[in-house]
Parts: sequence; C-alpha cells; structure tokens
Amino acid sequence: MKCEEVSIELMAYIGGRASAGTTRRVEDHLAACPECRARAEEFRKVWTVLDEVPAVEPSFGFDARLRQRIAAEPRRAWFFGFVRQPRLALSVALLAALLVCVVKLPLGNPAIQPMDATVQQEDFNAIKNLGVLENYDVVTKLGALSDLVPAPVNDSQPQDQQPKIDDGNGGA
Amino acid sequence: MARTDVELMLDVKAGDGQSFDLLLEKYRSPLVNFLGRMVHDRATAEDLAQEVFLRVFRARKQYTPSAKFTTWLFRIATNLALNSLRDNRHQRMEVSIDAPASDDENAPPRELPAKDARIDQQMIEQDRAEVIRRAVLSLPEKQRVAVLLHKYEEMDYSEIAKVLECSESALKSLLFRAYESLRVQLAPLVFTQPAASPAGKGRQA
Repeated sequence: MKCEEVSIELMAYIGGRASAGTTRRVEDHLAACPECRARAEEFRKVWTVLDEVPAVEPSFGFDARLRQRIAAEPRRAWFFGFVRQPRLALSVALLAALLVCVVKLPLGNPAIQPMDATVQQEDFNAIKNLGVLENYDVVTKLGALSDLVPAPVNDSQPQDQQPKIDDGNGGA
Repeated sequence: MARTDVELMLDVKAGDGQSFDLLLEKYRSPLVNFLGRMVHDRATAEDLAQEVFLRVFRARKQYTPSAKFTTWLFRIATNLALNSLRDNRHQRMEVSIDAPASDDENAPPRELPAKDARIDQQMIEQDRAEVIRRAVLSLPEKQRVAVLLHKYEEMDYSEIAKVLECSESALKSLLFRAYESLRVQLAPLVFTQPAASPAGKGRQA
C-alpha cells in the first residue's frame, strides 16, 4: 500500500470503520512508514479532540411544537394537494379574479355614478305625488277604468275630485 | 423483537401514529445535534429538525423502503441545512476563519497573522469547544456534512456517500481533505493541551 492510499483510508481506519483487509494493510504500512505513522497519530488526536464539542440537545418543548405543526397538516395537505393540480388551481384563480372584478365594478364604472342631489329630490317629489301607484290593486285595476261607461257629469261635484275606486279591501 | 426503522415507517404509512412517535423519539436528538453543528444556531437547528419530521410525515403515504431510513432522513436534513445556510448567508455576521480577504483596497487590513497565532488568540478568548466548533464550521459545507455524519453520527462510508449523492471514493477524498484541514487548524490546540475527556457523543439512539 502506498502512502497516498493509506492517507485516503486513514480516517476510516481511525474511526474503526475500515474493513478487516484494509485495516491489516494500513497497519502493515504504518509499521514500516514513520511519516504516515506520525500523520496517523495527529489524525487520531484530532478525532479525539472533536469529542470535546458538546452535543446540541433538543429543547423541552420540541415535541409539543412538532405536534402542533402536524395537527395543522391536514388543511395544508389539502391546500398543497389542490395547488398541485394546475388546471383546477388556474380555473379557481380565474373565477376568483372574475368575482373580484364583478364586485368592484359599481365602484369603478362612471356610468353608474350616484345621481346628483337635485335630480334625486325631483324624482322623490314626483314619486311622492303618485301615492296611488303604491297600491298594487289600484295599479292592476287601472286598465279596467277605461272600459267603464262615463258617468253623467254632476255639476255639483268638484272637478278635481277623483272617482272612488274600490281598493279590493271591501272599501275599507 | 424491536421493529426496524423501515418497518416503523411502513407502519406510519399504514396510519400508525405510535410508530411515528417511536421514530421521533429515536432520531430527535441525533437530528437536532447534527443540524445544530451544521448551522451553529440552536433555534434554527430545532426548526429544521421539525421540518425534517414534518416532511417525513407528509411523505408517509408515498414512502417506499428503497434505502436505509437514516439515509433518507439525513439526506432531507442535509438538504434543508444547506438551503438554510445559503438563504441566510447574507445575514450571517460571523466572519469565517478562512473567509477571503476583501477586494476593497480602501478597507482596513484584516489582522490575521499565521493560523497558529489566530488559534492561540481564540484559545485565550474562547474555550476549546468553541475553537473546535468554529474549525468545523469553517469547512466547506459538503466536507462539514461528511465529517459530522462520519464522526458524530457514526455512519459508514457507503451511507454517507448516499446522503451526499457521491461515490465512496469521492467521499474518502472529501473526508481526507476535511480532516487534513482540521488537523492544520487544530494543531496548536491538539498539541498544546491534552484533550479533555469526551463530552459530546454523536448518535445517541
């Protein structure tokens, strides 16, 4: 065995993980080569010195935190399973974008701006004066009025008095 | 008769939570220890170790015993550690012992004389364990992984090679370079004081 070969096998030998054949060949070489023997001794000391570094131990709450994270897994698993289906994810993303556009449309469309206050007041007054139209029965029976024979004009009746119309509630 | 790791993992795959607890009990400390030595930050090491177990849990349904369980486990841990180191590299404030000199000509010269003197100075300021830790941390990432798995996790060469996805001969060269570097860096420490009694054992399971 050459010195270069021994160097490569030295740490396996020192760590006790070289095969029996390799161990025997390394030991044969070390017995005959003072340089490699000195190097092996230095490596052995380094190997021992590395034991001086204390182990890093897990903290007390390690398991509890891990169990919390695992308990949160099903939803995550569902989510990641979902996003792993590109077509489905794309479809839902487009649908969500469409919904956002639809919901935001009234705010952004100038054609549907709130009406001017004066226009609103005029419309309100006009509707207020059409109180009779609020009665559904009246509205639905207006058509029948045109079929009625005109009543004889009573000169004593005020011109602006409206004919009495049955409201469908027994005259109440 | 105790079940093997692969058998436990197959039981986890079948929905047995107790088998997962047994794997957690067995590998909690080795993983935190390995990751702690890799990233040199306990909180980060714990987060990464939890992430390893989470990934094992998530992958349980797809698990197939194609390799040793520990190979799979430490490959996940190694990848997470390397990613974490790369992600956080810009945040690290510590200057590596072997960090290259600044290219800025206006920068003040670094007072880093010979390696022996540096380590002597560190020995004055820090305890021996810290010097050793820093020497290990100064190794290139792949060498560091190889040394930690070899020295502290007591893995054989074939398993470390699988974790690092390299050939065994490449691993032997890697380990030789790593220990040679440690031998040079730790020489004053090794030869000026006798080594203390072993304090940090590797795999505890």
